[in-house]
Amino acid sequence: MIDISHVNKWYSPAFQVLKDCTTSVAKGEVVVVCGPSGSGKSTLIKCVNALEPFQEGEIKVDGIRVNDPKTNLPKLRARVGMVFQHFELFPHLKIIDNLCLAQEKVLGRGHEEAAAKAMKLLERVGLNDHAQKFPAQLSGGQQQRVAIARALAMDPIAMLFDEPTSALDPEMISEVLDVMVDLAREGMTMMVVTHEMGFARKVAHRVIFMDRGEIVEDADKEDFFGKPRSERAQKFLSKILSH
Amino acid sequence: MFANLDFDVIRRSLAYLFVDGMTFTLTLTALSAAGGLIFGTLIALMRLSSHRVLGWVAGLYVDFMRSLPLVLVIFWFYFLVPYIGQWLTGASRPIKVGAFASSLITFILFEAAYFSEIMRAGIQSISRGQPAAASALGLTYSQTMRYVVLPQAFRNMLPVLLTQTIVLFQDTSLVYVLSIPDFLGAASKVAQRDGRLVEMYLFAALVYFTISCIASFGVRRLQSRIAIVR
Repeated sequence: MIDISHVNKWYSPAFQVLKDCTTSVAKGEVVVVCGPSGSGKSTLIKCVNALEPFQEGEIKVDGIRVNDPKTNLPKLRARVGMVFQHFELFPHLKIIDNLCLAQEKVLGRGHEEAAAKAMKLLERVGLNDHAQKFPAQLSGGQQQRVAIARALAMDPIAMLFDEPTSALDPEMISEVLDVMVDLAREGMTMMVVTHEMGFARKVAHRVIFMDRGEIVEDADKEDFFGKPRSERAQKFLSKILSH
Repeated sequence: MFANLDFDVIRRSLAYLFVDGMTFTLTLTALSAAGGLIFGTLIALMRLSSHRVLGWVAGLYVDFMRSLPLVLVIFWFYFLVPYIGQWLTGASRPIKVGAFASSLITFILFEAAYFSEIMRAGIQSISRGQPAAASALGLTYSQTMRYVVLPQAFRNMLPVLLTQTIVLFQDTSLVYVLSIPDFLGAASKVAQRDGRLVEMYLFAALVYFTISCIASFGVRRLQSRIAIVR
């Protein structure tokens, strides 16, 4: 579904942020990307739907080359859902309109159809009572669940999560993770940048560990948590699992 | 001290001052603000675009307009617009452009430079995550601007845009250099005809002051009502 091969990215000639990254996410697979901050994991996931450009290598989503200038990027992005660290709901629109906007403008659905779809998804994330509110009236956890529903409203073939719980208060993390776990169990293809190792243990198929722009470890979940081969991954795991 | 002032001249000329003068002033203000806003948005988008030449041209335009005195630009355009019209249409002689049309074009072009800087600040005040989220949903650049960025930016900058429009309202009085009877021009005509300079200019000042003051007050009220809660 997502094929990343030999991706190199520089912010400036002296600063290489991604170094020869190669990995893939199969259909229905849940892949967790972790690593210390500044390791390039967010940058990598943003390259997948071309929110970040890269200079060398190739990324294919469902067989379509992301870095081909002829690719219709808006069309491709509409098929890949993305959830951001800071939610990025549109603050000037009601919750329901946040979910309807792209359905109507990108997919060309009528308002009735889009609103019905939106309400169904809001119900699924437990927020149908809040449809007429504005984003600022919701808690962080609720906003992130709306953001997930907004991405799902486009019927995506895969979902990208960029540190979806890092900006949340601890007591709100689980409500967002619950939604993501359900999604994973339903067979959604997911690429998730997160430090939530509990989530990784529960639903991930594979774990990728990145450090300084490189993919240091790319292993099945059992192997990764059982016996990470690299010293850097071991060190990282011991730090975040010791609490 | 006021013994030899005749304030009745104001009452006698009220109809002329407001029906002719003020109507012209308000029309010019409204049309210039609307045109300046549209043109200013385009310049702001050009300036913010990743296309280097577009950005450079827009920047040059803004710097150029902002370093010239408005009176000079008004004069210039009054004399230049007929020739530009001739050049554009290929007519055999300069196209006759009325004083109103020429001053309107001047104000639109001049205000666009100021509005574009306000718009640029407003657009830049929107966090980069917003357009990123919009593109991630599949919206094109123009859809992102139209449905996500500009509506938020407009709300952030509306108070400043309206304040600039109040300044524009005062600036339109400069068309007196083309002997157009706007409000100040009309007052000044009456003043010179009847020899009542003190009375008429006092009254004109009072009218500009009252309107601008009320408008500023309205802007402040509006500001608290439309702010987006984050």
